[in-house]
Amino acid sequence: MASVFRSEEMCLSQLFLQVEAAYCCVAELGELGLVQFKDLNVDVNSFQRKFVNEVRRCESMERILRFLEDEIKNEIEVQWLEKSPPTPLPREMISLETVLEKLEGELQEANQNHQALKKSFLELTELKYLLKKTQDFFETETNLPDDFFTEDTSGLLELRAMPAYMAGKLGFTAGVINRERMASFERLLWRVCRGNIYLKFSEMDTVLEDPVTDIVMHKNMFIIFYQGEQLRQKIRKICEGFRATIYPCPEPAAERKEMLAGINTRLEDLVTVITQTESHRQSLLQEAAANWHSWVVKVQKMKAIYHILNMCNIDVTQQCIIAEIWFPVADTGAHQEGVGARGCELSGSSMAPILTAVQSKTAPPTFNRTNKFTAGFQNIVDAYGVGNYREINPAPYTIITFPFLFAVMFGDCGHGTVMLLAALWMVRNERRFLAQKTDNEMTSILIDGRYLILLMGIFSIYTGFIYNDCFSKAFNIFGSSWSVRPMFRNGTW
Amino acid sequence: MTAHSFALVIVFTTFWGLIGIAGPWFVPKDPTAGLIITMLVATAVCCYLFWLIAILAQLNPLFGPQLKNETIWYVRFLWE
Repeated sequence: MASVFRSEEMCLSQLFLQVEAAYCCVAELGELGLVQFKDLNVDVNSFQRKFVNEVRRCESMERILRFLEDEIKNEIEVQWLEKSPPTPLPREMISLETVLEKLEGELQEANQNHQALKKSFLELTELKYLLKKTQDFFETETNLPDDFFTEDTSGLLELRAMPAYMAGKLGFTAGVINRERMASFERLLWRVCRGNIYLKFSEMDTVLEDPVTDIVMHKNMFIIFYQGEQLRQKIRKICEGFRATIYPCPEPAAERKEMLAGINTRLEDLVTVITQTESHRQSLLQEAAANWHSWVVKVQKMKAIYHILNMCNIDVTQQCIIAEIWFPVADTGAHQEGVGARGCELSGSSMAPILTAVQSKTAPPTFNRTNKFTAGFQNIVDAYGVGNYREINPAPYTIITFPFLFAVMFGDCGHGTVMLLAALWMVRNERRFLAQKTDNEMTSILIDGRYLILLMGIFSIYTGFIYNDCFSKAFNIFGSSWSVRPMFRNGTW
Repeated sequence: MTAHSFALVIVFTTFWGLIGIAGPWFVPKDPTAGLIITMLVATAVCCYLFWLIAILAQLNPLFGPQLKNETIWYVRFLWE
């Protein structure tokens, strides 16, 4: 007899399933949600069980789905389904695998392309600003005093053809470096080159984004003038050490202008290519986001079914799978119908599965049927310890006594009203809350306890009236029955 | 025990008695009837006992306010 006051009667039975029908029957039992499968292969290593390959495939699909979730989560809102999609058939697994792997490959390729494009965009932008700035550097060189250079070398690098015998020809290196590293870079160059170089730098005003990490960077551009090959090598090594990017900057002004024009056109093209890549990636993600939740649920269901099938005994000679299940006696009819009719018609097998009752040596599991209202209270009672088989269940009494004792301790009708309103709001919106999966443990505990909080609020209002306490201030509705007269009469007046 | 408080006790006893004893007869006969009856009776018992203890304790207090003679005189003539 099913009753809320005692845990239910359970019976153990053996289920003989055909190999083809096994998957579908287990799926049906899963949807019904009223059986507990006994693990018949306890001493078998999990890597030696029969369906370990399928479980592995499901896990690799889950990995791809987690990767998709990371990509999608920052950009697009995922649509949560209210109803779970039905369990997929085994042959759907292959098509799902191919779809997911293709999506993963395309997305990774799109990401790599995007990064490479952003890197070249960054380089071209830096080169453009460098070219503009070096124009100024070279022009100020012509204004240096004559005794700085040898003989008639004012405007050293500018507009004059240099005779090859000019021993004092200055070479230069132009590049870009992070702003934080600028000071130590300067100091090291001074020490290493013993002051024989001339460094000029200026800050770059535009803000640049690092292609890999998307962090904003501030950079300075510099130009170093030096004499001789050895100094050139040293400067190059130091620049590599400080991760400053060196750009080949042509000396004559005309070439520089040409280079600048070329860079501008390339930058425009690159911007269009980047926007197109970005939109392609977004469309991929949109398509993935639309189906993501249903894929996740399907993969979870498949993996669960294969875990259960791993627990069953495979009898190869008779071509059938033997499972031992515990279920409440009250649900026998639902099982016959679910397993027998729907399971085997979905798999298309002719033989119906056979259910036989078996005596058990171990104690049956304790099962207390709950609905959405009693589930919270049953959880509290089970937290103190699950009862024995067919033991009396304290949960129906706990539904009232637990909130009542809370109210005796709380006893404030103002705060009780606040609790009641909050609980009513949670109960009104419970379908929306239950469909969303929250990672926050605190809110999920609160939402699971909405009926508990509702009852606590109602009782708190009642005890608050008796304690005359509202929002921690005393109130006086009925007046007092105390009078001072008895004290007056007994006094010495 | 004054007449006023006696009337109150009668009122509340009948109120919670109706909920706890007569209420179960009116519960519809669906499968959750046992649970609803348990909840009604438990609520009636807990709340009635709580109220009863509170009012009985106030009817026979252990001690009252500790006032000085001057305060008693003022309260007697200013409040009443």
